[in-house]
Amino acid sequence: MNAPLIGARIERKEDYRFLTGAGQYTDDVTLANQSYAAFVRSPHAHAKIKSVRPDRAKKAPGVLAIYTGQDLSKLGGLPCGWLITDLNGQPMKEPPHPSLAQGKVRYVGDQVAIVIAETEAQARDAAELVEVDYEVLPAVVDGAKARAKGAPQLHDIAPDNTCYVWALGDKAACGAAFAKAAHVTKLEFINNRLIPNAMEPRVANGSYSRADDAYTLYVANQNPHVERLLMTAFVMGLPEHKVRVVAGDVGGGFGSKIYLYAEDVAVTWASRQLGRPVKWTSDRSEAFLSDAHGRDHHTVAELALDKDGKFLGMRVKTTANVGAYLSTFASCVPTILYATLLAGQYKTPVIHCEVTAVFTNTVPVDAYRGAGRPEATYVVERLVETAAREMKLDPAEIRRRNFITEFPYQTPVALQYDTGNYSATLEAARKLADVAGFAARRKASEAKGRLRGLGYAAYIEACGIAPSAVAGSLGARAGLFEAGEVRVHPTGSVTVFTGSHSHGQGHETTFAQVVADRLGMPIENVDIVHGDTSKILFGMGTYGSRSIAVGGTAIVKALDKIVAKGKKIAAHLMEAAEADIEFDRGVYRVKGTDKKKLFGEVAFAAYVPHNYPHDKLEPGLNENAFYDPSNFTFPAGTYVCEVEVDPETGKVAIDKFTAVDDFGKIINPMIVEGQVHGGLTQGIGQALTEGARYSDEGQLMTGSFMDYCLPRADDVPSYQVDTRETPCTHNPLGVKGCGEAGAIGAPAALINAITDALGVKDIPMPATPQVVWNALRKN
Amino acid sequence: MAVKISMQVNGKAVAAEVEDRTLLVTFIREHLRLTGTHVGCDTAQCGACTVDMDGRAVKACALLAMQAEGASITTIEGVAKPDGTLHPMQAAFKENHGLQCGFCTPGMVMNAIDFARSHPNPSEQEIREALEGNLCRCTGYHNIVKSIAAGAKAMAAGK
Amino acid sequence: MHAFKYHRAASLSEAATLAGKGEAKLLAGGQSLVQAMKLRLASPSDLVDLGTLKELQGIKSDGRTVTVGAMTRHAEVERSAEVKKAIPALAALAGMIGDRQVRAMGTCGGSIANSDPAADYPAAVLALNATITTNKGRYEADKFFTGLYETALKPGEIITSVSFQVPKRAAYMKFKNPASRFAIVGVFVADFGGSVRVAVTGAGPCVFRQADMEKALAAKFAPESAAGVKQKKEGLNTDLHASAEYRAHLVSVMAKRAVEAALK
Repeated sequence: MNAPLIGARIERKEDYRFLTGAGQYTDDVTLANQSYAAFVRSPHAHAKIKSVRPDRAKKAPGVLAIYTGQDLSKLGGLPCGWLITDLNGQPMKEPPHPSLAQGKVRYVGDQVAIVIAETEAQARDAAELVEVDYEVLPAVVDGAKARAKGAPQLHDIAPDNTCYVWALGDKAACGAAFAKAAHVTKLEFINNRLIPNAMEPRVANGSYSRADDAYTLYVANQNPHVERLLMTAFVMGLPEHKVRVVAGDVGGGFGSKIYLYAEDVAVTWASRQLGRPVKWTSDRSEAFLSDAHGRDHHTVAELALDKDGKFLGMRVKTTANVGAYLSTFASCVPTILYATLLAGQYKTPVIHCEVTAVFTNTVPVDAYRGAGRPEATYVVERLVETAAREMKLDPAEIRRRNFITEFPYQTPVALQYDTGNYSATLEAARKLADVAGFAARRKASEAKGRLRGLGYAAYIEACGIAPSAVAGSLGARAGLFEAGEVRVHPTGSVTVFTGSHSHGQGHETTFAQVVADRLGMPIENVDIVHGDTSKILFGMGTYGSRSIAVGGTAIVKALDKIVAKGKKIAAHLMEAAEADIEFDRGVYRVKGTDKKKLFGEVAFAAYVPHNYPHDKLEPGLNENAFYDPSNFTFPAGTYVCEVEVDPETGKVAIDKFTAVDDFGKIINPMIVEGQVHGGLTQGIGQALTEGARYSDEGQLMTGSFMDYCLPRADDVPSYQVDTRETPCTHNPLGVKGCGEAGAIGAPAALINAITDALGVKDIPMPATPQVVWNALRKN
Repeated sequence: MAVKISMQVNGKAVAAEVEDRTLLVTFIREHLRLTGTHVGCDTAQCGACTVDMDGRAVKACALLAMQAEGASITTIEGVAKPDGTLHPMQAAFKENHGLQCGFCTPGMVMNAIDFARSHPNPSEQEIREALEGNLCRCTGYHNIVKSIAAGAKAMAAGK
Repeated sequence: MHAFKYHRAASLSEAATLAGKGEAKLLAGGQSLVQAMKLRLASPSDLVDLGTLKELQGIKSDGRTVTVGAMTRHAEVERSAEVKKAIPALAALAGMIGDRQVRAMGTCGGSIANSDPAADYPAAVLALNATITTNKGRYEADKFFTGLYETALKPGEIITSVSFQVPKRAAYMKFKNPASRFAIVGVFVADFGGSVRVAVTGAGPCVFRQADMEKALAAKFAPESAAGVKQKKEGLNTDLHASAEYRAHLVSVMAKRAVEAALK
């Protein structure tokens, strides 16, 4: 019997290839007869296209073809996967989203033409020679200004640039709660626009086989089946079985590689026109202008409290800037993934949230690590901390007074939390962060002329996305289940096919641990396959911290079937009744006897069925399962951040960052810790260093790493992380998901710490040295 | 416009005729098909393209191939032993979960090996400063720092 | 990157001849130029690589000056025992440029010729009253940097070495742009015993000397002397990362800290 694998710190199976340069990322795939594409992109934020003249470019060396919007005019637009119904019961406005601009460009970077040549350099050279006549129009980039009178209008079908005005919660009851409040805390802030910047830029390599009348698209993507479904059914009108989508090794996603992008469509379509594979590799400058951005909310939020600091109600008004077009899941991020989380960890009895989504002349905004939930946590945790300070209450104490303590708990904003223990993570975090010693540390800092502050964030998130029926009732246009297949080979080793996609998460290890543990075999005997529609039966992909909770459970369900069929075979082999067979980690036994068959023997019998119950069973041992969860999962935790500020320069140093999370059961603590570290750093990035900035004319001023500050190693500390465990009640592994937590909880904790250090009510994100210095001067 | 170029890559002599404007990283990836060296930015900041040139870690995206004429280049493919045994720095990354998506990893390892040669027992602060030219979006650096500390020690012990 | 013709110079005179052609540019370490070319912000017709010219490499120290060959890499200056002994602040400055991979390639001459307003080396050149030697003559530091990305160099003129005067004590303090890691403000303070030179980089369109601080520090070489001088914000840069006002403030702070460091 092998040692238990669930809960073990097992080194990753995928690491050897990554460490030796043997990973196969999409750009590493070069096909026979490969050609290369470059895109002509709009230099203007808003303009009419008067003409596109590719003649000169066509004559440039190596050029094979140039296609413009006109060539692609018969294709469908890029679809949005979630329908939001507005306050008046009307569907959201969905303007056409063409793969190549049709008569108008709406942001700097909008695709105008695709140039294909023998080499990448030739394609880029020629792209510069494509002559486009623009009639430049006024632009609007600020979400808060998009609905103003006289603002430039992006889409004819969306008056006032409004996609929808949507609300959740009981407005009247909320008003009543505020009327009787002893104290109201109010904040107005911007949740800054972020640029995901997975280290691998996007790549798409489309090819077409005339012999098979079939396409293959290699693409850096988080959910190849969804990519295929959207592209075939909605854009290109192709039968799905004629398109294969392969997303091999993918160098990080963080949401930005969920979506069907214009470039994916254009290279796939062009590969057939040209009869050659067409590869496009984004460079970083292009990524800044073409990968979906994240966040960008303008919010006014209020919390009503009684005299003891008990929450009476919360109301929130948010304008969400969705950019120039609706990206694949843009509509649900600032609504379904945001307003529903505003209860946080607290028994706030009434909550009302109104969200206005607006179009602007900026890159489309969609889900980025956390997607809606960081924004919600920021609202709640900034309000709570500020309220505590205003009411002279200890910020931990105000949280304790309001924590939800009984489960299941129905929030006033649609979700039902299944389980949790919020005081457990709060108290553990306080201890680990040595909150008790803070006063002394603050004194020591003051003696050096530095300012020290401490801030909390007690976050909650809804993960394991999603129960399809619930999602459907909220506007999802797709199911959100996951599929898995367990293929047992005749000699007992196993290949598992999952619809989840790993782009850093380590599924090849974690999922193998689940399987090997159940089947009682060494982890080396289990391989996980993902990322290829021709191999995987189906998949909804990886986002929303759903892989282990939904994808992992699908595998468990398939394992249940394997084990059950194996029982029948074992019963036959041991001439016992099926009801008397027990299975435990690789061994079938006849209850109350010493008779046993190993899993490998049973598997062999299934494939070499000489002695086999042919009248009752098919040979073979291969099962698949689709799992649709009955609820979301609710990871939660407490983060404590301690900063030291240099008042002369405004520079903030993070002295300590402590995270105690409840992810339910943990399969591989080493991998989970890594996910937390990475999430925290992205959250710290949002609060401290990152922020997309546009000029009023719509030029992206933070268009490279020279101006957009991705956190570096010396910007962040080593983290103190720990976990507490309340197992999820509705999936067999008891897991909740851990991928986004850090990014969700960190910004509020950090800003709470900085405002504490400075003695100010609020400070904008990112709190760069200049911003902090300004705040200190004003004070 | 084309130029002739020759150098040693992972101990093997290579020669080719390339366009004058060919970057070292393009030469390595496209001409030699050694795709372990990655390109993550176009402003020489992410460090995913880091290779060793004559004993110094350099950014292969910030060099013309012609600047490496006659040089001895080691890429990530040339770091493990011929029998596949990982270099101590590679092993340290594996043991300490110093990588997630793996895209920045080759550059991290190449820079770390060069750094560790002159820093057999580096402090956390020294490691973090040495990573100024390498961006990672997955790990938050925590485990990369641990990996490099362990890898440097292992390299020193193995000398 | 646009196409160009690559030349490897076999000698200084060949390099000078080639560099005089059309839109030719000299290639030193390439850590700025190659980037600019990749982004198609620079498109020279010809590149003249100085990489193999041995006479442009190396460090010499005679007690009064430290002479750095134009093609000497930042990493060599950073680690040089001679530089560390004679002008530790110069070695420290070299160690703050870019990142360690960039320092392995980037050169002293390349950095100075580029005259990037946020580069570090120009601060050392100005504060250490360096002499810039070229294939055609010599320049005093005060007459070398003439503006944004501009120097007194003539087309085809090649820096061969830079001689820094050895101060009694000196230090460089840099407040980094969090994204690019170039200087938002960098202040190099050098005390020559009696006279003090203070050079400021990053703050304005071109590196400059802070005369009021020099006077105050010459009177009393103490942190408060530097802190007491307020830099005027007029003429300083404003960008995404720092306003002119903030930069002006940082000049005093960095100068004060540089003096503190120099006194240690």
